[in-house]
Amino acid sequence: MLYRTAGQFKTSYTADQALFPVRQDAILLGVILVFAYLIFPLTASEFAFQTLLIPILIYALAAMGLNILTGYAGQLSLGTGAFMGVGAYACYKLITIFPWMNPIVAILLSGVFSAGVGVVFGIPSLRIKGFYLAIATLAAQFFLVWLFEKWAWLYNYNASGAIQVPNLDIFGLYVSGPQAASVTQYYLVLGVVTLMSILCINLTRGNLGRTWKATRDMDIAAELIGINLMRSKLVAFAISSYIVGVAGALYVFMWKGAAEPNVFDIPLSFQVLFIAIIGGLGSILGNYLGAILIVGLPVVLNLVPSALGLPISSAMVEHLNVMIVGGLIIFFLIVEPHGLAQLWRLIREKLIIWPFPH
Amino acid sequence: MLYDFLIQPFVDMATAPDFFLQVLWEGLVSGVLYALIALGFVLIFRSSRIFNFAQGIMVVFAALTLVGLHAMGVPAWIAVALTLAVMFVLAVTIERVVLRPLVGQPDIILFMATIGITLFLIGLGETIFGGENKVMISEELGIPTGDTVLEPWGGLLILQHLDITVVVVATLLVAGLLAFLNYTQMGRAIRALGDDHQAALSVGISLQTIWVLVWFIAGIIALVTGIAWGARAGVSFALEVIAYKALPVLMLGGLESITGAIVGGLMIGMLEKLFEIYWGQPFLGGNTETWFAFVLALIVLLFRPQGLFGERIIERV
Amino acid sequence: MLDSSEGYTTADGRQIGGVLMEMKNITLRFGGVVAINDISFDIREGEIRAIIGPNGAGKSSMLNVISGFYTPSEGEVFYKGSKRPQMKPFEVARMGVARTFQNIALFEGMTVLDNVMTGRLTHMHSGVFSQALWFGRARDEEMDNREKVERVIDFLEIQNIRKTPVGRLPYGLKKRVELARALAAEPSLLLLDEPMAGMNVEEKEDMSRFILDVNDEFGTTIALIEHDMGVVMDLSDRVVVMDYGKKIGDGTPDEVRGNQDVIDAYLGVSHD
Repeated sequence: MLYRTAGQFKTSYTADQALFPVRQDAILLGVILVFAYLIFPLTASEFAFQTLLIPILIYALAAMGLNILTGYAGQLSLGTGAFMGVGAYACYKLITIFPWMNPIVAILLSGVFSAGVGVVFGIPSLRIKGFYLAIATLAAQFFLVWLFEKWAWLYNYNASGAIQVPNLDIFGLYVSGPQAASVTQYYLVLGVVTLMSILCINLTRGNLGRTWKATRDMDIAAELIGINLMRSKLVAFAISSYIVGVAGALYVFMWKGAAEPNVFDIPLSFQVLFIAIIGGLGSILGNYLGAILIVGLPVVLNLVPSALGLPISSAMVEHLNVMIVGGLIIFFLIVEPHGLAQLWRLIREKLIIWPFPH
Repeated sequence: MLYDFLIQPFVDMATAPDFFLQVLWEGLVSGVLYALIALGFVLIFRSSRIFNFAQGIMVVFAALTLVGLHAMGVPAWIAVALTLAVMFVLAVTIERVVLRPLVGQPDIILFMATIGITLFLIGLGETIFGGENKVMISEELGIPTGDTVLEPWGGLLILQHLDITVVVVATLLVAGLLAFLNYTQMGRAIRALGDDHQAALSVGISLQTIWVLVWFIAGIIALVTGIAWGARAGVSFALEVIAYKALPVLMLGGLESITGAIVGGLMIGMLEKLFEIYWGQPFLGGNTETWFAFVLALIVLLFRPQGLFGERIIERV
Repeated sequence: MLDSSEGYTTADGRQIGGVLMEMKNITLRFGGVVAINDISFDIREGEIRAIIGPNGAGKSSMLNVISGFYTPSEGEVFYKGSKRPQMKPFEVARMGVARTFQNIALFEGMTVLDNVMTGRLTHMHSGVFSQALWFGRARDEEMDNREKVERVIDFLEIQNIRKTPVGRLPYGLKKRVELARALAAEPSLLLLDEPMAGMNVEEKEDMSRFILDVNDEFGTTIALIEHDMGVVMDLSDRVVVMDYGKKIGDGTPDEVRGNQDVIDAYLGVSHD
C-alpha cells in the first residue's frame, strides 16, 4: 500500500530520469533528511555524536569514494586507508602553511592532493588487472604509511610523530580542535557528505557512470565501443581518491582530533572495504547502510554485556567484537552477496507489488 | 650524491663480501618462509579461485594454538599433533560454512569472505589465548640454538642453527609438497583442477574433498611457518604482517605458478634485505622492508603484466 | 567484376557508393601462426558485405583487424579515402566503426537502456564537473541522446525490456540489445560478428529483417561474418570467402556459389 506506484505516469524523459521517479522514495528521503538535519542534532548525546553519528557519516563518505573505484569502475583497491591519510596530512599541512585558510576550504582542497597521488598509483591499472591490481594498491598502502612515518616535514617535526589538530574557527565558531562542539562538527560533516553524495549520484547515473560500469563489466568490449579505458580508469582513481582524501581530512579534523601514521594502516582500508561490500558495490545508498552496520555493531556489542550484567572484561569484549564482526561479514556475504542495498531493493520491489506475490 | 646512491653500495658489497653473504643469507631465510606461505596461497587459488587473505592469520593462529596448548600442560609434540588436528577441523569448517554456500559468487566476494575469516580467527585467537605476545616453545620442540661461524675470505659469517633448521625443514616441506602434487592421485587432481575446473570435475574428482585438503595443506604450512617465525621473533599478531609479504611474491611469480611462488619468494626475501641494508638504512631512514617487495613487484608487473613466470596473454573477443 | 569507383547497382535496385574501407594485403601473425595471409578486399558505402569461411578460417581475426582490436603484422587499412594510422580500438570506434560480438559482450550489470546509451558515448562530450552538477550541457546532452536511443529501441522493438538488467534476458534478445548498442552509435560502418549464431529459425528471421531494415532505412554500411550460408547468400551484396587465412573467393553471392575453391573448402576437399 505504502509503496504503490500505480497512477504515477512519466510524460517526458526528464521526468523518467529524475532522481526519484517513485514519489514514496522522495518522501522517505525527506523524512531521513529531517532526522539527520534537525532531530538528531537536537537530541543526540555527546556519546552518540562521537561514536555513531559523526563516524558513520565519515566512513560512509570514505566507502563512497572507494565504491566509485571498486563498485562502479571495477578496480579493486586495498589502499583506501593510505589515501585517507594523504587527505589528512594534506589538510594538516595546508592549515600549517596558510593559517588564515577557511577550514572547510582546506578540507575540500586536501582531496586534490589525494586525487593526485591516487592517479599516480592508478597508472598500473592500465596494465594490471584484478587481484594483481589489488596487490599493487597495497604497494601504495605500505609505501605511503611508511612515508607518513619517515617524512618529518609532514607532521611538522613533532616529537610524537603524530598530527595534532589545532583549534580552528569559522567567524569565531570553533569547528575543530578541543574547543569545537560536537554538534558543530556534525553539521559540517553532514554538509560535506550531503554535497559529495549529490555529486556522486549525478556522476554515477550519467555518462561517466555508464563509462565506468562498462569498464567494470567488460573492459574489452568497452574499449571497442569507443571508451578510452585509460581515461575512464584514471578519472575513477582521481574522483575516488578525492572523496577518500576528503573523508580522511574529516576523519582527523572533525572526529579523531589527532592521528599517528599507523591509524591509516591496512585495518582502516579493510574497514572501509567492508562497508562498501556489505553495503553493496555499485550503490550510493549502500555506503550508508554498510557504515551504520560496521560502525554501529561494535557500539551495540559493547553495550550488550553490561546490559545483561555479564562480568566480562573490556579486553574480552574487544576480542569477541572482532570475532563477531568477522562472522557477520561472512554471514552477510552468504545471505546477500550484493549487499544491504540489494536487500533494500528487493524489499522495495515486494512493497510495490504488495499484497500480490508477483 | 648520485654516486653514493648508485655506485657506493655495490662497492661496499664487493669490499666486504662476508657481510654481503650474511645479508644474503638472512634474506634467504625470510625468502624461504615467504615462498612457503605463497605456496599455500597458490594451492588454494589454483583449486578454488579463492584469493585467501586468511593465510597470514592462519600462521598466527597455528602458532598461538601450539603455544597455548603447551601452556595448558600438553607435551610439545602432542601439542603439535593437536594443532594439526585443529587446522584440519578449521579446514573442514571453512569448507562447510564459508566456501560451500558461496561457491559460484564473484571473486571479490570470496576474497572478502577470507577477510571475514581473518577477523574471526583474530578474535577467536585473542579470546582463547589472549592478545599478549608469547614465546615459541623452541627448546621443547628440539629446535637447535647456537650458531656456526664461518670465515670466508678471512671475514665473518654467522649462521644461526635455528635459521639452518628453518631452511632445511622448509626445503623438505616444499619437496614433499611437490612430490605429493606430482606423484599422487590426489595431488594430480589438485593440479588438474587448476588447469580446467570443468574437466577435472568430469573425471570424478570431488571438489569438497580437494578444498578441505588444500586448506589443510595451507594449515600445515601455516603451522611450520608459525613455528619458524615464532622461534625467531616471538608469537604475536604482528606475525600476520610477514604473511602479507607473500602477496608481492604472488604478483611476481603469478597466482597459479608453484615454481613462481618458490623462486619469487627467495628473490624477494634476498632483494628486500639487500635494499634495506645497502640503501634503506643509509639513505631512507630504514624500515623499507614494509613496502620494498610491493613496489618491486609493481615495477616488474608494469613491464611484464603476466608476471615473471606467466605466459604472454593474447586477448580475444 | 566491379572496378568502377562510382559503385554499382544491386539486384534489388539499391545504389551502392564508393569505397568506404579498403584492406590492402593484410597479414596477421600470432607468434608462428599465420591467422590472416595477405588478404585484400574493399567495403563500399551502403552495401552489406559478408565474410564467410569454415571454422578457423580467420574471419573473426579479420573483423578484429577492421575494428582495430588487432594490429595487422603487414598491410594497410584505408578508411574514408585515407590510410588509417595505427590506432587504439576506442579511436577506431570514434571514427564511426561500431560492432557486435560473437560471444555477446553486453555490460551485464546495467539495464538495457543504459547498455544502449553506452553506444552514444562517442557522441557525448560534457565534462566531469557539468555531469557532477547534472546541470546545463550534461543534462541537455543526456536528454538529447536519450531521445536518439529511444528511437533505436523502438526500431528494434525492445521497448518493453528497456529497464530490465541485461543479465536477465534470454540469448536472442541479448543479441538484439547488442545490435541496438552498436546502432545507437550511428556508425558509418557496422560490423556484425556472427549475428545469428545460436539462434533458432524464428530469431534468425527477425535478425535478418533488422539487418536489412538498418541498411535500408539508415543506409548503414554493414560487414558481417556468418556461418549460416543460406542467410549470408540472402542478405549480402558481396561476399569474401576465407579458408586457412587466405582469401579464396570474392564476389556476388551467385559468383561465389559457383566458385570451385569455395565449394571444395565447404565440402572439405583435403588440403595438400
